[in-house]
Amino acid sequence: MNSRVNDFAFKIATANGTGSASANGLIMQAIFRMGVPVTGKNVFPSNIQGLPTWYEIRVNKHGYTARTPHFDLMLALNAATYARDVAEVRPGGYLMFDSSWPLDEKLHRPDVTYLGVPLAEMCNAAFKGVRERILMKNIAYAGALAALIGMDTEVIANLTREKYAAKKSLLDSNETAIALGYDYARAHFDCPLPIQLEKMDATKDSILIDGNTAAALGAVYAGATVGAWYPITPATSVMEAFKGFCMKYRRDPETKQKKFAILQAEDELAALGMVIGASWAGARAFTPTSGPGISLMNEFIGLAYYAEIPAVIVDVQRTGPSTGMPTRTQQGDLMLCAYASHGDTRHICLYPADPREAFEFAAKAFDIAERFQTPTFLVSDLDIGMNDWMVPRLKWDDSYKPDRGKVLSAEDLDSAKNFWRYYDHDGDGIPQRSLPGVHPKGAFFTRGSGHNKYGAYTEDATEYQEVLDRLDRKIQGATKAVPQPLIKQIAGAAVGLVTVGGCHAACVEAMDLLALDGIKVNYMRVRGFPFGDEVRQFLEQHEVNFIVEQNRDAQLRSLLMLDLGVNIEKLESVRYYAGFPMSAHHVINGVKAKLEKVA
Amino acid sequence: MSYIAKPKVHHPSLKANAIGLTRRDYEGAITTLCAGCGHDSITAAIIHAFWELSIPPHKVAKLSGIGCSSKTPAYFLREAHGFNSVHGRMPAVATGANAANQDLIMIGVSGDGDSLSIGLGQLCHAIRRNVNMLYVLENNGVYGLTKGQFSASADKGSTAKKGEANAMEPIDGALMALTLGATFVARSFSGDKAQLVPIIKAGLSHRGFAFIDVISPCVTFNDHEGSTKSYAYTREHAVEVVQADFVPLRDPIEAEYAEGSVQSVTMHDGSIVNFRKVAGDYDPTNRDAAYTAIRDHQRRGEVMTGLLYVSPDSKDVHDQNETVAGPLYNLPHEQLCPGNDALQKLMAQFR
Repeated sequence: MNSRVNDFAFKIATANGTGSASANGLIMQAIFRMGVPVTGKNVFPSNIQGLPTWYEIRVNKHGYTARTPHFDLMLALNAATYARDVAEVRPGGYLMFDSSWPLDEKLHRPDVTYLGVPLAEMCNAAFKGVRERILMKNIAYAGALAALIGMDTEVIANLTREKYAAKKSLLDSNETAIALGYDYARAHFDCPLPIQLEKMDATKDSILIDGNTAAALGAVYAGATVGAWYPITPATSVMEAFKGFCMKYRRDPETKQKKFAILQAEDELAALGMVIGASWAGARAFTPTSGPGISLMNEFIGLAYYAEIPAVIVDVQRTGPSTGMPTRTQQGDLMLCAYASHGDTRHICLYPADPREAFEFAAKAFDIAERFQTPTFLVSDLDIGMNDWMVPRLKWDDSYKPDRGKVLSAEDLDSAKNFWRYYDHDGDGIPQRSLPGVHPKGAFFTRGSGHNKYGAYTEDATEYQEVLDRLDRKIQGATKAVPQPLIKQIAGAAVGLVTVGGCHAACVEAMDLLALDGIKVNYMRVRGFPFGDEVRQFLEQHEVNFIVEQNRDAQLRSLLMLDLGVNIEKLESVRYYAGFPMSAHHVINGVKAKLEKVA
Repeated sequence: MSYIAKPKVHHPSLKANAIGLTRRDYEGAITTLCAGCGHDSITAAIIHAFWELSIPPHKVAKLSGIGCSSKTPAYFLREAHGFNSVHGRMPAVATGANAANQDLIMIGVSGDGDSLSIGLGQLCHAIRRNVNMLYVLENNGVYGLTKGQFSASADKGSTAKKGEANAMEPIDGALMALTLGATFVARSFSGDKAQLVPIIKAGLSHRGFAFIDVISPCVTFNDHEGSTKSYAYTREHAVEVVQADFVPLRDPIEAEYAEGSVQSVTMHDGSIVNFRKVAGDYDPTNRDAAYTAIRDHQRRGEVMTGLLYVSPDSKDVHDQNETVAGPLYNLPHEQLCPGNDALQKLMAQFR
């Protein structure tokens, strides 16, 4: 194998619940602090202890962050998955295993170099207690890896010292374990391997953060005060992070009383009901959930749409249908979020591609929900939400003022002749709102039953349809308020590549690789629904657009057709939906196969 | 639901309350329920209680689910915000509204279908959370709007209009509330306004979830012989064990009671409920005794009424959460947003 400096991938196979997460985190952070772009994908089971789990790390000097399925090095530390782990190593690659026990002859591949490190033996000798031995075995493999790929030992030492500053005994154990692995590898193998790290300066303006944490931070910065939720993978950490940040930033310095309320609901129906109640009473409120939760929330989503109550819903998508694979990723809720609930509905959706956008769009979702008085979805997914991404440092504009929309104050109501809740005063389809407890003139009866523009109950055909038609105009008006598409035009390109959300990483890499093969494509990533003119123009500009997405039914393509009326002949679908994040080769293969068909 | 506004006619001799409002000011639209419906009597009791307490109507939020009972918030307090939510889901909406603005005085009106079937889970969890609100369950044992199906509160053996007997055991809202740790549990009868008004007043002063199960006969579908939720049956079988007299904070205690016959419980806001014991030695602050007494009466075929249980040390959802005083919804943004400097400091944790 040729030297592959700062351009390789490796995978760590362990068992769930053994504490490998902290070792994997250490490895990621050390590479990042060496200034080298890095991405980690946690491939974990729906289980607390015992089932196999993997962590994939890609090091790439060009900054490509998409998942790659080609592994130059496998740390095979779980005997239960040896066979499949051995099979996944790229020809000419390496496999490190725990040589405390012999490796079955059948697992030997002639095109793979085997590196045995007696991790269990060394840790059993160095540590007392079952738990510590298991935990330190993880740190020891990190030490061995450090030698194999040439990690900066100073960076590792600093990280360990920072992490265990307050726990001297843990610091000692960790330092011992790292040295065990490191020294053994240095003594027995030709370190570093051709796949190796070299310091760069490409990460100093970046952070490593997951999208759920970033979205929670967005909710804090936007001023959300009420969060209601029901625990569900992969959305749980949104509310956990929100709580953590609120405990840090949102308590009265003296009394420690909270300027927020988090309600763990009995189910997702109640969670959204609470958000709707809180928003109705004037608070910025949100609920994080995943597909099964959205299914349950449908009834309330329709109420909020029709009664025009703001609600921010964060959907961290996982694979469906039904329970599906709760710990795998997909973009399977695109249609569901856009048209949730019975009757005629259409909902505003924001599609972040990475944690930075999760932060920015989460904050924006509150402005949009209040401006348009309607449920607003932040459509994220497990890959964005739960994996650590390298993104630019988050920034906040301190001049930000929340857009509370057309909420009438007590003074406004006092001087108003009439208050008609659903009356379109200025032609934008957005009526004026009053909050309970503010002024007698603001009183009205919120209802999901038929109502007219004055806010009164109706069964009159004309009155009913007038409100329904205004709602359509109102939502259409949001095309300019949602994040606009990101478009990249390439000179000489004749076809379009269109995607949404986290597929961005794979598409960007695929575009560069396709260009090397002489295939030029223009690129568009949609970032908000309903779609606006820019999206339509891009699609109409090309005879063929490849619509790249992560679901079986080409949901993004359907949305583009339904919302814009674009001819299906123009929209070629490229999909990957088996549960892992999309890789560049999925896009490349899809595009090439279709181009051949078109030609 | 009605949108026929009631003409606001003020008779000059109508008595005004402490804030100068008459009972007319606490009314709403004209009811569209059947003539003689128990729910309308409850509406009248609610109007009376709010008027007596001199609560500014616009400080109130009135919420409901779906069903005949859930229409009634339109018929009282026209100057209060109303929320007719979805079937069985009013408790969640109320919980959220209370989270955003704990200064709202909240009343939820629901029925036995809304509360004990489709919304049973939400009711249970609102009780557990001890959301600060008055919750009136207008209980007629039948689905009125869909014309006469049994509800979950229909007694075993009670018959439908066409004669069919209910085969299943009922869910008793008061017993259930007691087992779930409810901090205020009452049962009353729509035909007994004298009993109902002070209970509603006490419930509005309670800090926490005040649950009132009101037997409210359905004149159209469940008022026949053989029904255990008819006017005749309830009048004949209701047994009041304790009479609650509500004494607001500012009012002097005027009534005099024979020694030993009264137990006073001080509410969170300093007002007092005096329990006049009608039957025996009933202690309305003893949860287990309340449960046993209700069961004993049921075994005898009686419907026990009154303010059955009050927890003197009730902690509502905001007490539990340790929320700052006052509403959250209008806290200034600078108190909520940590700002860019804090964000940049935080970024160091992600490197």
